[in-house]
Amino acid sequence: MSRTDWEVVIGLEIHVQLLTAAKIFSGASTQFGALPNSQASAVDLGLPGVLPVLNPAVYKKAVCFGLGIGAKINHRSVFDRKNYFYPDSPKGYQITQLDYPIIESGEIEITLSNGSNKTIGVTRAHLEEDAGKSLHENFLNQTGIDLNRAGTPLLEIVSEPDLRSSEEAVAYAKYIHHLVTYLSVSDGNMAEGSLRCDANVSLRKHGDSKLGTRTETKNVNSFRFLERAIEFEISRQMEILESGGRVTQETRLYDSERDETRPMRSKETATDYRYFPEPDLLPLYIDQNYIDSIRQQMPELPDQKNTRFIADYQLNTDDAGYLSANTELANYFESVVDTGGNARLAANWVRVELMAGLNRDNLPLSEAPVSATELGFLIARIQDQSISGKIAKTVFEALWRNEATSAQDFIKANNLSQVSDINALEPLISKVLEDNIKQVEQFRAGKTKLMGFFVGQIMKQTQGKANPKQLNEILLQKLNSN
Amino acid sequence: MKINEEIVANIAELAQLDMPQEQLQEYLDSLNNVLELAEQMQSIDTTDVEPMSNPLDSIQHLHADSDDGFVTESNHRERYQKVAPETEQGLYLVPKVID
Repeated sequence: MSRTDWEVVIGLEIHVQLLTAAKIFSGASTQFGALPNSQASAVDLGLPGVLPVLNPAVYKKAVCFGLGIGAKINHRSVFDRKNYFYPDSPKGYQITQLDYPIIESGEIEITLSNGSNKTIGVTRAHLEEDAGKSLHENFLNQTGIDLNRAGTPLLEIVSEPDLRSSEEAVAYAKYIHHLVTYLSVSDGNMAEGSLRCDANVSLRKHGDSKLGTRTETKNVNSFRFLERAIEFEISRQMEILESGGRVTQETRLYDSERDETRPMRSKETATDYRYFPEPDLLPLYIDQNYIDSIRQQMPELPDQKNTRFIADYQLNTDDAGYLSANTELANYFESVVDTGGNARLAANWVRVELMAGLNRDNLPLSEAPVSATELGFLIARIQDQSISGKIAKTVFEALWRNEATSAQDFIKANNLSQVSDINALEPLISKVLEDNIKQVEQFRAGKTKLMGFFVGQIMKQTQGKANPKQLNEILLQKLNSN
Repeated sequence: MKINEEIVANIAELAQLDMPQEQLQEYLDSLNNVLELAEQMQSIDTTDVEPMSNPLDSIQHLHADSDDGFVTESNHRERYQKVAPETEQGLYLVPKVID
């Protein structure tokens, strides 16, 4: 048997750290990288007598995400206690949502490398708190605990087991990452743990309706590792199944250095989290007015923008995808089109000249030396043929280097406008033809390659400012009219 | 439903309770009594009753729109760590745990 005999079934649980200044149930800061325990309040420490107070920004972000994936926002959701003992969770339980999550039944459309699209179901997304950090290395027979991260708000996004390959899983995770960053639901900083994936992987024979036994690989924090961890699990499980064995349902960890997954040390007894409703928090009721008010504040979604760019601006899918992926860039592009008119030309200038300049000088878009209005002006001048694309580049570079304050002034000061005036061009062309009678005869005898020679001569006379299209027309007319 | 000694021992372990063998029977009996009471209550028909998740007749009020929440806490690490058995480099120290 081979890989193709097996159907791979993958479901992802993605923990997204919500982008809020304060924690989910306390007024402590969530700032990354602070001194150990300097942002762990009495609530985060689980000191006796404290009560959690729900941070309003947390449900705002969750609703925003829910609307972003067309999900159902539950009008009533309930917090629960998940009980377990571990020193980085000093209360002895994690506050999460079990039976009544805030978000249910969403959908995400992913695009695969072969260009096809696939819809992936999102079962649910619920709010919960993060745990602190354990540092095992630096202390003899002791563990150091930093509770700064304890109480950081998380949204756990659970997919349906709709994913069929590591490629699909990575495309799904990347989509979520893109969406939460785009909507400012999360900063999406994976190096700081703002997005962590747990991958549930199982195999079954094609056509089987029953799912195979799955393993859960926890805490994968990069797309590359997600792909590697899933590929490793697929090969490992296939080997077991093909040799007649059975996959053990277990939790595993991915070791990026050895590129393998290993079972986490499992306790002798299966863990029982003894969930029950959190008595310290009231049920959360989100009414339709609230949802509508969030919907009104939501920016246009990347997919909607992408579709609009293709429909309204006739961009190709590649340009539309590139320009709609980032709000700031999309806004810049649209401002260029507002002034410049020609969207495809604008797309080209933004993607090529602007991006090249930003990359070369390592600048963020917000600090681009050429404003969208100036670039739009240049494109309008190319459009009305008052300057050529080549001259536009010269002007663009001058603006970039701050050698000019406005495109208009620079074009005027350096006399760069194309000579499109027939009355101005015609005598010049006649003069060049008169001065080169021999070449004119050769052209008329069939040596049409000489066209370039004439154009070159005229361009020289006009310092490159003759409108090439018009020049060609008049020139041909004169050469052909004997 | 009745539970056995093994289940009681497991619950004790999950709750990090040190339960001597000789007390197991005592706890087993009293837990089984509680379960019996629960069983009686389960015989009530609750088909159309929504499970109650909080006894208070109130709901979480939605706050005015906020993008960040409110940072109200400053650093009280020194005060909190005064009551900790052991600390080092700002960290709380606990017996070694790996899992």
